Amino acid sequence: MKRSGAEILWECLVAEGVEVVFGIPGGAVIHITDALPRYPVRFVLTRHEQAAAHAADGYARATGKVGVCLATSGPGAANLVTGIATAYMDSIPLVAITGQVPSSMIGTDAFQETDITGITLPITKHNYLVTEAGELARVLKEAFFLARSGRPGPVLVDIAKNAQAQEAEFRYPEEPEIPGHPPKRPLPEDLLERAGELLNTAERPLILAGHGVLLAGGHTELLALAEKGDIPVATTLLGIGAIPGSHRLSLGMVGMHGTLQANRAVQTCDLLIAVGMRFDDRVIGDPKAFAPNAAIVHVDIDPAEIGKNIVPDLAIVADAREFLAAFLPLVEPKKRSDWHAEIESWKREAGWDEPLREEGRLLPQYVIHEIWRATEGRALVVSDVGQSQMWEAQYYLHELPGSLITSGGLGTMGFALPAAIGAQIGRPDLPVWVIVGDGGIQMTIQELATVVQEGLPLKIAVINNGYLGMVRQWQELFFNRNYCATCLHNPDFARVAQAYGIRGLRVDRRADVRAAIAEALETEGPVLIDFRVEPEENVFPMVAPGRSLSEVILPQRKEVR
Amino acid sequence: MRHTLVAAVVDRPGVLNRMVSLFRRRRYNIESLAVGHSETPGISRMTFVVEGDDRVIEQVKKQLEKLVDVIEVRDVTGEPAVVRELALIRVRATSEQRGEVAQLVELYRAKVVDVDHDSLMVEVTGTEEKVNHLITLLEPFGIEEIVRTGPVAMVRGARPKEFRINVLK
Repeated sequence: MKRSGAEILWECLVAEGVEVVFGIPGGAVIHITDALPRYPVRFVLTRHEQAAAHAADGYARATGKVGVCLATSGPGAANLVTGIATAYMDSIPLVAITGQVPSSMIGTDAFQETDITGITLPITKHNYLVTEAGELARVLKEAFFLARSGRPGPVLVDIAKNAQAQEAEFRYPEEPEIPGHPPKRPLPEDLLERAGELLNTAERPLILAGHGVLLAGGHTELLALAEKGDIPVATTLLGIGAIPGSHRLSLGMVGMHGTLQANRAVQTCDLLIAVGMRFDDRVIGDPKAFAPNAAIVHVDIDPAEIGKNIVPDLAIVADAREFLAAFLPLVEPKKRSDWHAEIESWKREAGWDEPLREEGRLLPQYVIHEIWRATEGRALVVSDVGQSQMWEAQYYLHELPGSLITSGGLGTMGFALPAAIGAQIGRPDLPVWVIVGDGGIQMTIQELATVVQEGLPLKIAVINNGYLGMVRQWQELFFNRNYCATCLHNPDFARVAQAYGIRGLRVDRRADVRAAIAEALETEGPVLIDFRVEPEENVFPMVAPGRSLSEVILPQRKEVR
Repeated sequence: MRHTLVAAVVDRPGVLNRMVSLFRRRRYNIESLAVGHSETPGISRMTFVVEGDDRVIEQVKKQLEKLVDVIEVRDVTGEPAVVRELALIRVRATSEQRGEVAQLVELYRAKVVDVDHDSLMVEVTGTEEKVNHLITLLEPFGIEEIVRTGPVAMVRGARPKEFRINVLK
């Protein structure tokens, strides 16, 4: 049957199971929005295209489905870039649809023309420019397939305006035809056995679980492996939730702001099994001094991650869940009480609960931990970037897999609020909390309007210290307290929220934290709480950039070991 | 160390751009690049020479293979491969010198493909070393212009994988 390109687009999206599209209309996608009311797809109108991309990203992270965003040509498409780059760095399946000027005008610097396929070349798994309606079905089939296959990631489809209006025969292909992709890789039995031998003879093994475990849905297998072998588990920032935060084998996050016990365990272990992670510089510190006593087994779905930052002793290219499931029978049950006793002693040394005392100034760690307490560690938390993100990672102990959504790789400030919009739409059954700094929220604060328009009951905790806090912390520690361009003169966030139609609260004292959180939880609609926290509180533990994970700075600034 | 890699790629608009963009972004050092059609319609074969240690070359190969339009990449450096480059060299030569130049050209199994009043155009095919050598020998006459294709490579004896694809526009 003949349909317009715009109709073909929606037919394809419906065939792919897409229920929500985030975006903003415009001249070069007007055929597409014109056809929309005939299809069962919810269109969420954001206030900025960057937010549309982040919302689609948050939706994808919360549901495991492909997130879809839509923007017009030129500025609309360009505004998606930060969101696409964020999704690319964190391996999030996203399909970004952009309008393009008519194909007869491409290359003429036409009104609202930009080379978005050129711009997004290095931040997409793949991208397409479609100039004829007849190509759309094949391209969209490939786009969705690529977004979710192998290591997931964003794919952009740029559709010239004439291809949207033009009619063509519509038939949605059953299978994509992409020669060589993804390459078939059977699990290497011999390497698995080698890894099993290494584990069964190790005295101080450690599992380092990354985002790949969660993307593959391998948390159950991970826990089974950890418990069977009595193996402690540290996670990367994006691996948080791969093991319940309260589990006795959970060491918390590793890296620059990782827990003392996680970093010590990495530096002390004799076998490191790194699964679904890519040895990011924020994870490993000085690569030459990383895990100096360990044989390293690296398991990742992306062969290009093997040997990129750390050269492992044993490499297995595999889906994390498939690996964990196949590995489990090769592991002998063990008890490792000496190893755990050593780890326990580091936990005690770390002084993690110091900031959680009931008296004294209002500390951000306390606020986040109280949110944890009130939600029993079972909320879906979307954190922004910087100090608030690190405190969230340290003081909100996630019980559920996939219950932390944050921009790990790109470190995109302004991510949290729009990503939470997508997350809440994808998971209306879960309480969604936003943990965001006063700097970060102002990068996408206009999305409070989207929250109201969509009727989303987000609970937004602004960790307000009046600074771009992480940069200020570095200025304090490494630049002689030269607070250049980091002090923020802020609006009254509670009143800003009220102006948008959101309940706004303000908390200045520790004693008022619990009541405010309780009030937010009891309120049906969205609530924003402006927590005026201690301005110059720092994130500790800390490993200075480029230094070894052995050089952990604790709150007292004493160098340990 | 220099490595010669051969890639099979889907012949679609922008595929070269994708590869070159990857080299630029990850700061791989490409010395030469030669592209042309393969035995299969819709598939091009590309030979390129990269400078780097084994770890870098491994990354180049794996990163390239992640590109959707790249079907496979093979490092033929250690393999028994025939590697050839073509160069066109315009060298100054008066009528008296022509004979001398022609003699050199013959020794290198090269050809004179154009003659002008005071210059000759020489076509030479061979390994990079051979081409370099001939250039060195021609330098005393005065070289006016050089065009080189960069090496292309094929492994001896081995038959390539068959590629079955839909021919895409």
